[in-house]
Amino acid sequence: MIWQFNLIILGFLIMAAIMSLKVTDLLSASMIFGIYSFLMCLLWAAMGAVDVAFTEAAVGAGASTVFLVATVYSTKRKSSD
Amino acid sequence: MILVDFIVSRFNYWIYIILMMMGLFAMIAKKNLIKKLIGMSIFQTAIILFFVSIGVKEGSTIPILAHEAAHDPAHQQAAPLTEKGEGHIQNGKGRDALRAEDYANPLPHVLMLTAIVVGVATLGVGLAVVQKLHQEFGSIEEPEILAKIDSDDG
Amino acid sequence: MRALGTIAVILTGALLLYASGDFPAWGEPYSPANDSRVSRHYILKSFEETSVPNMVTAVLADYRSYDTLFETVVIFTAGIAIISILRGPVDKRVRLRRASEKSLRQSNLILAQTCRLLVPVIQMFALYVIAHGHHSPGGGFQGGVIFGASLILVALSFQLQTALDRISEKRAMILAGIGVLIYSGIGLTCVLLGSNFLDYSVLSKVLPLSAIEARSYGILGVETGVAFTVTAIMFAIYANLSSHGRMKGGL
Repeated sequence: MIWQFNLIILGFLIMAAIMSLKVTDLLSASMIFGIYSFLMCLLWAAMGAVDVAFTEAAVGAGASTVFLVATVYSTKRKSSD
Repeated sequence: MILVDFIVSRFNYWIYIILMMMGLFAMIAKKNLIKKLIGMSIFQTAIILFFVSIGVKEGSTIPILAHEAAHDPAHQQAAPLTEKGEGHIQNGKGRDALRAEDYANPLPHVLMLTAIVVGVATLGVGLAVVQKLHQEFGSIEEPEILAKIDSDDG
Repeated sequence: MRALGTIAVILTGALLLYASGDFPAWGEPYSPANDSRVSRHYILKSFEETSVPNMVTAVLADYRSYDTLFETVVIFTAGIAIISILRGPVDKRVRLRRASEKSLRQSNLILAQTCRLLVPVIQMFALYVIAHGHHSPGGGFQGGVIFGASLILVALSFQLQTALDRISEKRAMILAGIGVLIYSGIGLTCVLLGSNFLDYSVLSKVLPLSAIEARSYGILGVETGVAFTVTAIMFAIYANLSSHGRMKGGL
């Protein structure tokens, strides 16, 4: 695995994590969390953990984002922090 | 130069720790319950990332046997080096042999694969609790829920 | 709380950063974890012993199948927990009315037709992922989640009721139970045939297979069980979360 590539993805990963925790609109936070999961999946694929990456692509970027959006839809969209 | 080598070989761990601490901080300090759950998921994926990175070997491939290697049950036997040579893994003697250094360590992958699926199940339970709290108290902010509980008691 | 959290995070982070100096270098092939006897055995011997080229599948469903059995039970339990947390009064009239044809017409034309084209392809892919997990990345967990996602897609692009007409919540929970029963049933069959729980090689006594092939087919069997449970629970979680447990409305 190429460490420069690794570093770029890790940089994006930290940005996505900060954004999803900072943004006050919970729908945006859920979508950015989906991006975070997808970047994580890329990183694992690059590390050679293809099974883990596949699971994360299906579960993290797919199912858990849908669950978060479903909850945000049926509760409140604005967050205080 | 030693310092550069040290940083290149360690910076991955530092970034995992930063991610993990971000998740921990969100779980402790954020007031919104959904933000807390997102923080929990970030914490979880950071730990999974650390475990997967333990299994990385420099210059190794994915832990699935190549087709030719898979159809040669006795890996130590001499294989004819003919047409299908490019997929072979070769040691110094020009023979097909399976070497542990050529494949990523499958054990952390297995442990973490199940952890991801269980993680989404726990996230689902957490979200269900959040929805129930919203039905009961009309809010998903921790201070408002605590204030409502206090006023109900008093 | 914020100050307390900051102190705790900085302390823990500093401790972990201090400890990271003692880790083996990243990607070191001979680090203690990579050079252990167990991983070495899995890499070198798993194909000989199970005839499965994908080591992750072999370890997941054969060497560490107790672990996977109870992970499946954890998912099953999470589904039950979500239903019992959110379950409220269910409106009987809504449940009895079959709203599928009506909702198919009500939905957006492009969305409806795209969904109709996509869902069979997604489900075929899910079955492929389950069945081909021996030779490529995939297996019961991934295939199950993809199959569950196809049902969630139906619920999202039409209405929740459309998907519930295909697979009701009761049916979903029965399927989830069947998945766990398939898994533990294969394990019990191995015990009845006179071997250890989940030792598939003994299945060669009843199936026309060699002991090594029997382990490969045993893995396929338990992966199918896992896929049943994961599919059903993913759909049940979505159906409950999107409708407050009332099984109507939805997103």
